[in-house]
Amino acid sequence: MDDMYGKGILKGLGVTLKHFWETYLDDAVWLVRRVTKGERRYLSLEGVAHRSSKDARGIFTVQYPEEKLLIPEEFRYIPFLVYDEGPNGEKTMRCTSCGICSRVCPPQCIWIVRSADPATGRPIPDPFEFQIDADVCMNCGLCAEYCPFDAIKMDHDYEMASTSRTVFNKEQLAKPASYYEAIRPINAAQENAARAAKEAARAAAE
Amino acid sequence: MTTPAPTQTLDLAARFPGSVTPDEREGYDGWIVAKEKLISFAQVVRDEFGYDYLSSLTGVDYLPEGKMEVVYHVYKTTGGPGLIFKVQVPRQDPIEVPSLMPVYPGADLQEREAWDLLGIKFIGHPDLRRVLMWEGFEGHPLRKDWQEAFFEEEAKPFKSRWPDGQFTMAEDRTPLGDNVAFPAGFDPKKARFDPETALYESLRQYDKEETGLETDHMLVNMGPHHPSTHGVFRMAVILDGETIVSLKPVMGYLHRNHEKIGERNTFLMNMPYTDRLDYLSSMSNNFGYALTVEKLMGVKPPERAEYIRVIMAELTRIANHVWAIGFLLNDLGAYFTPMLYGVEERELILDIFEAVSGSRMMCNYFRFGGVARDLPEGTLEKIHGIAFDRLPRKIDELERLLAENEIVRTRSIGQGVLSAEDAIRYSAAGPLLRASGIPYDVRRAEPYGIYDRFEFDVAVRYNGDIYDRMMIRFDEVRQSIRIIQQAVKDLPGGPITAMKPVYQVRVPAGEAYGRVEGPKGELGYYVISTGKSTPWRYHIRAPSFINLTAFGPMCTGLKIADVVGVLGSIDIVLGEVDR
Ligand code: SF4
Ligand code: SF4
Repeated sequence: MDDMYGKGILKGLGVTLKHFWETYLDDAVWLVRRVTKGERRYLSLEGVAHRSSKDARGIFTVQYPEEKLLIPEEFRYIPFLVYDEGPNGEKTMRCTSCGICSRVCPPQCIWIVRSADPATGRPIPDPFEFQIDADVCMNCGLCAEYCPFDAIKMDHDYEMASTSRTVFNKEQLAKPASYYEAIRPINAAQENAARAAKEAARAAAE
Repeated sequence: MTTPAPTQTLDLAARFPGSVTPDEREGYDGWIVAKEKLISFAQVVRDEFGYDYLSSLTGVDYLPEGKMEVVYHVYKTTGGPGLIFKVQVPRQDPIEVPSLMPVYPGADLQEREAWDLLGIKFIGHPDLRRVLMWEGFEGHPLRKDWQEAFFEEEAKPFKSRWPDGQFTMAEDRTPLGDNVAFPAGFDPKKARFDPETALYESLRQYDKEETGLETDHMLVNMGPHHPSTHGVFRMAVILDGETIVSLKPVMGYLHRNHEKIGERNTFLMNMPYTDRLDYLSSMSNNFGYALTVEKLMGVKPPERAEYIRVIMAELTRIANHVWAIGFLLNDLGAYFTPMLYGVEERELILDIFEAVSGSRMMCNYFRFGGVARDLPEGTLEKIHGIAFDRLPRKIDELERLLAENEIVRTRSIGQGVLSAEDAIRYSAAGPLLRASGIPYDVRRAEPYGIYDRFEFDVAVRYNGDIYDRMMIRFDEVRQSIRIIQQAVKDLPGGPITAMKPVYQVRVPAGEAYGRVEGPKGELGYYVISTGKSTPWRYHIRAPSFINLTAFGPMCTGLKIADVVGVLGSIDIVLGEVDR
């Protein structure tokens, strides 16, 4: 050993000391920000955003559940069914029970019962029942990716622990289009524009 | 080393007249070797042609043809394309093929797996026990005529979901107890299993050293529930005092037969399942699978997608390595401080994955012919920020914390040494191979994607001990940062997928073996398509699993407390080991 024994340990301790010190240094910086701009380091959106940015230093823990990580638009958790609301509050499901989502679902957890027209007995678009076994769902997002009618989308609500089996039916899965637009504004706007363009093209062709 | 050797035209058929023929099936490649000549063929291939590295060994059940096939993929550790050879035997028990253990000791666990799951007996294997299922299990689950519990149909999608649509929960359909089939005359209530005797017998086969002292050897089981085993992994060890004289890894506690699931799935459905292999590096897993199926389909992703793929794969490597270093230090006794310093950087990378793919760990981001979606606004800046401003500084800091620490050095230098020859012999891959002095990296040896465009060095260290295996991960992280910096700078615009997104891809019949340099080592996929919607065979060359081949030999002679460090330095993930 050509060097003093223990030097490496001291060097390493310097790193932990720096980490420790930076936590308090940042507290001081945020104190100033709080006075000047009203921004807080803890229990605030800007605080969490800072702690998950490249400038984070010192302690970086996000203290769930008081604090939560910011959710990006693409975040995906358990699908839901989108319905459009009419002017008088009537709900129209976008789903046409075409079955693509259920055929693409890797663990096969989507079950669709099609409705039949009582007069002719032929299948009609509106699904009679739509069930997702949320305990089997692997949150892969393929159903939402390949649904041609923008009818099934991935949710942002991840707090759904339960003590029993979780199977959602059509009523539980249905959420309004306005909710979808709220959680995924960019995607929703793109899809709405694409649908409008398609409609316009069809109208022009007729 | 860096330029792949030109493909030699090997006339192996002339060398072994009558017993070696080219594989002429449509979409297939390589040689078909008569089983009598297999060992001498392998010897020639290894010693005369330099294919010294057995990458993958697996079986395929060709039920309609009444054949069972064993497929070998061998490579040169100096780089270049590989060589494929196969042995075909009639599909009638006992199915027997000579073991390649004498030529490639790395065949050990892979032959055991093929025996376990496909029932191929490897004659001459010194320890042919089941490896993922337990001793006493009836049947071989990967055979095409074997059906799992809750079996519904041969291939997904199942009709009961759509159009039939009657919701039933699996547990109601086939209540517990009725969901398994027993062989005729078997009564589970009366049966007594003895899954361990064979293990202990094989464990006791070691060379006893005559020390002149009367010492008792003691058998200890570490795991499957042990804080140091990184999951449900078990080591059966025989100790002489505190010194290990024999060690066998025992795994399969997390086995779910990923490959059988994969053969029921459509090609696309497998993508999210690959996330669950090495669940710390799902992007790399996606990459390997996408590459393999793209080989079969003959599609090439557009430029932008290629760059995004590289960025994601390298970010994965960084996230994995800081995690691995942290956990190794946990195993060495530095409880959680270095670990959390590493995790801090990993969190920032996971934030990027989440923004891009929707999930922090189960990314499911790659698609055949591209990626699922473009980078959302602001993500590229984020990647730029961490790759240029933060990571280089933070990695230096982490290294300063650990590299010179005297306790870390005493515990790791010279411990658990794997020599270069042994690393190749045991088919070790990734950091484990490179820390032993073999600069073999698939990104250079047989570049895939656009890796040939980037400037980076293949990290290599020469002592093959725990310390080098830790330090090489620092080296690799630095190279990954270099690659990301170049990719971020050059990232072109344009489309992110080469074809219209379809959920039912057409995959022409044939076989393909695709491999990537995953964070844990060479990750290979062997996929056979028959032109149907599901793969006929879907096999994974799992680096964590195969790296364990060298684990026993590496540990012999060490103190029991150091075994934990050796395991940590291999860096395994049980999701991939057990599949
Ligand atoms: S949710 Fe979409 S894909 Fe699924 S059945 Fe309805 S319309 Fe078809
Ligand atoms: S997210 Fe994936 S697993 Fe879940 S319902 Fe959709 S396709 Fe099925």
